[in-house]
Amino acid sequence: MRTIRTIRREGVKVTAAAPVRTGRRADPGAWFLVLPALVPILLLSVGPLLYGLALAFTDAQSGRTEPTRWVGLRGFQDLLHDRLFWESFRIGLVWAAGVTVPQFLLGLGLALLLSQNLRLRWLARSLAIIPWAMPEVVVGIMWRLVYHPDAGVLGEILSGLGLAGDTDWLSGLATALPAVVVVGIWAGMPQTTVVLLAGLQNTPHELHEAAALDGAGAWRRFRTVTWPAIRPVALSVSALNLIWNFNSFALVYVLTNGGPGGRTRLPMLFAYEEAFRYGQFGYAAAMGCVMVAVISVLLAVYLAGRLREGDA
Amino acid sequence: MGPRRGVRASRAAPVSRTSRAARAGQYAALAAYLVFLAFPFLWLVSTAFKPARELGSLHPTWIPDHPTLGNFRRAFAEQPLVHAALNSLLAAVCAAVIAVVLATPTAFVLARRPGRAAAAATGWVVVSQAFPFVLVIIPLFLVLKSLHLVNSVPGLVLVYVVWSLPFALWMLVGYVRAVPPELEEAAAMDGAGRLRTLVSVVAPLLAPGIVATALFAFITAWNEFFFALVLLKTPEKQTLPVVLTHFLGAEGAADLGPLAAAAFLATLPSLVIFAVIQKRITGGMLAGAVKS
Repeated sequence: MRTIRTIRREGVKVTAAAPVRTGRRADPGAWFLVLPALVPILLLSVGPLLYGLALAFTDAQSGRTEPTRWVGLRGFQDLLHDRLFWESFRIGLVWAAGVTVPQFLLGLGLALLLSQNLRLRWLARSLAIIPWAMPEVVVGIMWRLVYHPDAGVLGEILSGLGLAGDTDWLSGLATALPAVVVVGIWAGMPQTTVVLLAGLQNTPHELHEAAALDGAGAWRRFRTVTWPAIRPVALSVSALNLIWNFNSFALVYVLTNGGPGGRTRLPMLFAYEEAFRYGQFGYAAAMGCVMVAVISVLLAVYLAGRLREGDA
Repeated sequence: MGPRRGVRASRAAPVSRTSRAARAGQYAALAAYLVFLAFPFLWLVSTAFKPARELGSLHPTWIPDHPTLGNFRRAFAEQPLVHAALNSLLAAVCAAVIAVVLATPTAFVLARRPGRAAAAATGWVVVSQAFPFVLVIIPLFLVLKSLHLVNSVPGLVLVYVVWSLPFALWMLVGYVRAVPPELEEAAAMDGAGRLRTLVSVVAPLLAPGIVATALFAFITAWNEFFFALVLLKTPEKQTLPVVLTHFLGAEGAADLGPLAAAAFLATLPSLVIFAVIQKRITGGMLAGAVKS
C-alpha cells in the first residue's frame, strides 16, 4: 500500500511538472490484455448467436435421426400463420409496456420523493434491496403466496375492505395478466428508482436553488433543471427495462407458466416450450429472430439517443 | 462530482418552501411505497413460520399464532436443498471469479484506449444484454451436448461466465475510468512495464470495484433460472432456483409452508451480499450507462 501512495503522490507531482504522454499506438500488449475476454465472448456468445440465426432457416429438431435440412423461410412463414405466436407476441408487448411505463413513472416519482428531506427515507432505500436482490423464482413464489385464493393476504385485505373475496387472481382469464404485470412492476421498480436517484444526486443543487429563488415552481424547476440532468440516465434505464421485460421468463414461468389458457404466455415462454418441450429447435430459433428484430428497433432508438447525448 | 455530495447538500437544504400539505402528501406516498415494497416479503416470512393448521384456516393471520420451524425441516426432507445450494454456490463462485479475472484486463484496455474498437466493444456489451436468451441457448445446448456438458455444473459455469462477462466489463470500465491515469504515467516514468503497472498500481485501487463486480456476478448466477432449467436435467445436478420450482408441484397444488421456507432461505445470501455492495453497483452501473 505504501508504494502506491508514494507513486500517487509523486505521480501527481511529476505530471504537474511535465505532462508526458507516452505515445502507444497499435501495440500488441493491448491485444494480449483483451484476448482473455474476447475469445470466450466470440466463441460462446457471438458464435452461438450466429448459429442460432442459421438454425432459424433449418428444420432442426431434438432427438431426430434424419439430418437437419435447410428449409429457407418456411419457419417464418409458419410463424406468420401461427395464431398462438401472434397472441404471445401481443401479450409480450402488452406486458413489456405495462411493466416498463409504470416502472419508470413510479420510479421517477419515488426517486424525486426520496431525494427530499424525509424522515423514513433510509428505510425505503434499504427495503428497495429486497426486490432487486431476490431470485426471480422466489419473487414468483412469494407473489403466489400473496395471491393465493385461500391462504393469500390479498384476498384477506380486500374482503376486509368489503371488496372482492376469494378470487383466484392468477388463474382467472381476465385477472391473470394484470396480476403478473403488478409483480413485474414490483420486481423492477426499486432498481429503476435507485438508478434514477443516483442520477438525481449528480444534478447541481445550486441550479435548483437559483431557480427556486427566481420564483420557478416545482414543475418548472423539474422541467428546466432536473429533467435535462437525468435525461441520459432515464433514457438508458427505460430502454433497457423495456428490452429486459420483453425478454423476461422466470417470473411468469413460476407465477402462471403461461396460463390460464395462454393468457400470460410471453414470447420467451412460447419459444421455450417449442424448443425444449416439443423439440422444435428451428422453429423456436425463427421465433428468436423475430424477437431480435423487435429488440433491434428498440436498441436503435436507445443507441441513437445515447449518441445524441454524447454529442451534446 | 461525487455522488455523496448531493445527499449531504439536500440534507442541509432548507425545506421551508415545502408546504405542510405537500409534506403530508409526500409522507403518504412514502408510506404507500413502503407497504407495497415490504408486504409481499413479510407475507413470505410469515408463511414460512406458520404451522399447517394456520395455513389452512379461512382467515390467514399476519403473524403466526404458533410459529414453527417445522416447515424448514419438511422443506429439507422433501427436496435436496443442501445439495442444490452447493451446486448453486459452486456455479456462482466459479462464474464470478472466472468472469472477473477475464474481464479486468480487457476493461483496463477499453477504458484507457478509447477509439473505434473500444466503442464497438462497449456497444456489443449493450447489445449482448438485449438478445433473447432462447436464441443463444438452443445452439449452446447443441454445442454443450456434443461436448457432453449438458446436465453438468461445469457446462452451466461456462454459460454463466460468458453471460456475465459483458456486464462485468461494463461495470469495470467505469471503475477503471475513476482511477486517475496520471498514476500509470508516473509508474511508466519509474520504469514499470504495463503488466507491473496494472498489477501493483492500478489493481489495488481497483480492488473494491473488482470485488463489487464479482459479487454482482455471483448474485446473478445464484439467482439465475432459465439456463439452469434448460441445461440441468437430474435433481442431483440442479441449482437452487430450479429445485425450488419442484415445490410448486403439478397445477399449483403446492405445500405452502415448506415452499415459503425454502424460498425464504434461498433469498438470504443475495440479500446479505446486496445490502453490502448495493451502493457500488449503482455507481458502477451509472458510470457504465452514462459515460461510455
